[in-house]
Amino acid sequence: MYDAQIPQSTVDQTDIKFSARGVQVHYGDTHAIKNVDVDIADKTVTAFIGPSGCGKSTFLRCLNRMNDTIDVCRVAGDIRLDGVDIYDKRIDPVQLRARVGMVFQKPNPFPKSIYDNVAYGPRIHGLARNKAELDEIVENALRRGAIWNEVKDRLDAPGTGLSGGQQQRLCIARAVATEPEVLLMDEPCSALDPIATAQIEELIDELRRSYSLVIVTHSMQQAARVSQKTAFFHLGHLVEFGETGQIFTNPVDERTESYITGRIG
Amino acid sequence: MPVSWLISILLTLAVIGYFAGQARAMRSAGGDPRNLHSRPGYYGAHVALAGLLPALGLLVVWLILQPLVLDHARAATGNLIGTIAILGLMLLGCGLAYHRTRRDFRARNVIEAGVMALLIGAASIAILITIGIVLSLVFNTVEFFHLYPAGDFFFGTTWSPSFGGGSQLAVLPLLWGTFYISIIALGVAVPIGLFAAIYLSEYAGVRVRSVAKPMLEVLAGIPTIVYGLFALLTVGPLLARVFGDGGLGWMQAGMSVMTAGLVMGVMLIPFVSSLSDDILNAVPQALRDGSYGLGATRSETIRQVVLPAALPGIAGAILLAASRAIGETMIVVLGAGAAARLSLNPFDAMTTVTAKIVSQLTGDADFASPEALVAFALGMTLFVITLALNIVALVIVRKYREQYE
Repeated sequence: MYDAQIPQSTVDQTDIKFSARGVQVHYGDTHAIKNVDVDIADKTVTAFIGPSGCGKSTFLRCLNRMNDTIDVCRVAGDIRLDGVDIYDKRIDPVQLRARVGMVFQKPNPFPKSIYDNVAYGPRIHGLARNKAELDEIVENALRRGAIWNEVKDRLDAPGTGLSGGQQQRLCIARAVATEPEVLLMDEPCSALDPIATAQIEELIDELRRSYSLVIVTHSMQQAARVSQKTAFFHLGHLVEFGETGQIFTNPVDERTESYITGRIG
Repeated sequence: MPVSWLISILLTLAVIGYFAGQARAMRSAGGDPRNLHSRPGYYGAHVALAGLLPALGLLVVWLILQPLVLDHARAATGNLIGTIAILGLMLLGCGLAYHRTRRDFRARNVIEAGVMALLIGAASIAILITIGIVLSLVFNTVEFFHLYPAGDFFFGTTWSPSFGGGSQLAVLPLLWGTFYISIIALGVAVPIGLFAAIYLSEYAGVRVRSVAKPMLEVLAGIPTIVYGLFALLTVGPLLARVFGDGGLGWMQAGMSVMTAGLVMGVMLIPFVSSLSDDILNAVPQALRDGSYGLGATRSETIRQVVLPAALPGIAGAILLAASRAIGETMIVVLGAGAAARLSLNPFDAMTTVTAKIVSQLTGDADFASPEALVAFALGMTLFVITLALNIVALVIVRKYREQYE
């Protein structure tokens, strides 16, 4: 079986990374995502907000085909990354996930040293020719993850020994080390205290220069702080999608207004 | 009075005590259970157990000690005194507890302490029995070394017991047989079992898993003597046809280290696979997701994330299989033969420590002769070796744990 290479950038004229049309997701008998259309721009933070169970995390996991690992989950519709259908049979989900990194709700460092955690992706994808190059990749990733100064003297210590906020930044560094084009974050701050959250938010703003970021969040303040575009999901529908400022100050849909003012949720 | 009668009486008294205690507690609370410190049942249980436990304890002690202290003629008198003492203790215990039953008595806490004592008792029985087993081995082993020089036992290379005297009883050929067979068995069971576990826990769908896992575990339920027959009737002749005189000429007869090792390996597969499968399933899904999210394939995820995380547990599973292999007897008797020999050829017949323990004790030798007592020395040696193995494994496991958490 041959691999259909996703062209690096065929659509130079626009800066759309992901374009989803008519996406439907079923979990067994549950219709979790109903006909969602959305465009995710490059070098932008897009926030998915909505009440629990509205399908925002499910939709996020469609973007790097993480839902493939769940047996009962079926995805229909059209999701294109740089114009190429990522659910095409010829696309290898493993290759896709190397280009679309993911950070999870709960920090999940591997039971390995800090160094090996970050070096994991580069090693399996053969990004470094030798030890010196790998060292450099690890250092750069840890710097981008804003955790280098805290761990540079103990790279051999287990990643699981760090504090929650540090673990999450380590996981971000780990995702960044694979040099993805898009970074998906599924409630990256929900298990963290306010200080760690502030650090991660600062980091997200920093990462926006190089990546397209998609962040699922329960906190509307967080969405307002870090994102440029916001999508509001409700009961599996994408209710409203637009500029963050506009969504929060002047929502078009009644349900969006109810949610951001705290009447539903 | 027969013991069963005595026990029935004690139980009846306990039931009466239970209801009496409950009733007294209720009376002291003026009929409203909310005024009690504990719920009424606790007061009842306190009264019943305060009598029953000491009485049963005394009963056990009496039954063990009376034949030792009193001769047969005076057994009837002894029985009578014992019965009276036990019943007296029962009534005394119940009475005291009944007397203490009051509205503000903390019966619930007393029962809690009693539960803890029960659990401690169960744990210490297991330990005491282990110690007892070791001691029973030690005395006979010491006896053996009075009759036979320890140097010859540990460092000799010939095993040729002759019941007329002048035996050579060296442990080395037997230990060698034990380890050779165990290593072959583990060489079969560990890769197959581990890979089966990885398939079941990481790759197999729900339906395959629900059929395949019980099927594998059926293997664990087969008695080892049946495996022995399988070795004797099927595997031995099969190997002999390939490696024996008609084929490569390495093998004399169907009985060999290889025969027993292969069959024992089959026996151990379900141990390794079932335990490893549970351990792999206990690795959090978040770790797998993290790895998949970085673009790792399944096998990369398993090799580099799941297996390292599960390693301490898997080492434990392998060790359990190893101690089964070392202790296995029937497959050896039927598959590997009875010849004690030091040889590197896996197609030679050999025997193991356990198989020889059986043959030394089931012979018609005098129990005080070194030929029979050597069985205890062999058992002790095996015990010490498996103990050392367990300790080494524990140390390894602990080291990995420290590294990962």
